[in-house]
Amino acid sequence: MRSWWIALALVPVVGWAATAPQADEAALYREECGSCHLAFPAGFLTAAEWQRVLDRLDRHYGSDASLEETKRQTLLAYVRRTASNGAEELPGARNPAEPLPRLTHKPWFIHEHRKVAAFQQHPEVRTLVNCAACHTRAAEGSFREREIVLPGGRRWED
Amino acid sequence: MSRPPLLLLLLSLPLTGQAASAAELLTRYQQEASQEQSGFAPSAERGQAFYRHRFGVHPQMHSCMACHTEEPTKPGRHVITGKAIAPLAPTAHAERFSDPAKVEKWFRRNCTEVVGRLCSAAEKADFIAFLLSKGG
Repeated sequence: MRSWWIALALVPVVGWAATAPQADEAALYREECGSCHLAFPAGFLTAAEWQRVLDRLDRHYGSDASLEETKRQTLLAYVRRTASNGAEELPGARNPAEPLPRLTHKPWFIHEHRKVAAFQQHPEVRTLVNCAACHTRAAEGSFREREIVLPGGRRWED
Repeated sequence: MSRPPLLLLLLSLPLTGQAASAAELLTRYQQEASQEQSGFAPSAERGQAFYRHRFGVHPQMHSCMACHTEEPTKPGRHVITGKAIAPLAPTAHAERFSDPAKVEKWFRRNCTEVVGRLCSAAEKADFIAFLLSKGG
């Protein structure tokens, strides 16, 4: 009978150990992919789009973001696990001859930001992919309308 | 009256907290630079001139200041993405220069983009000397 209790006690330990590498992957993603811009929620791109990005880190939207191969492989595992299921993949995303995918070309992104394009001129914003400029909980992966505070302090009112 | 070498001044500071790591890195780069240039001593003035120099290599990243602003004790902002950047001076942000691998990574990336080449050990030493001179 006692072996049952031991097995039960080990469940949280095993559970923790099983998720520890996933937590490491997420932490690496935030560290390596969140220095120059927000570490975009991996679900913003499909797995195929992520593959393109991570295969071309040396030409990362105008910068050289290349990484050691072991880290790149860890990030590939992370985005494959957390990418979107592909319903809204950009046309040409799987074609290496096409430019890298851009959030600003995603129909859902364009739709959500259709009323705020002018804010790109604001010096604190600069680009619509500077999520944290208005999305006060972007770093936690939350983009709810009620959390939006525009530059100057005004809350978003639709 | 001659001024004591900056290194001696820095070594006289209490070696506590993260400032010690920045000072250790400074010593390391200074030693490396001395191998290429005997008698090398880090200079905060040279570091400041380097920090403010407009290299004209990258269309937006004209200098360190493009992202880190004219005052490295103040928060910066990425010139392209707009993302907020913590102050570069260790006196304003304690973890700066505490991780040698991270420091080397960012010297490699930023020097390549802004300066158009890798920075020398002497330039890195001067740079850290300048940042350490920005008292908090």
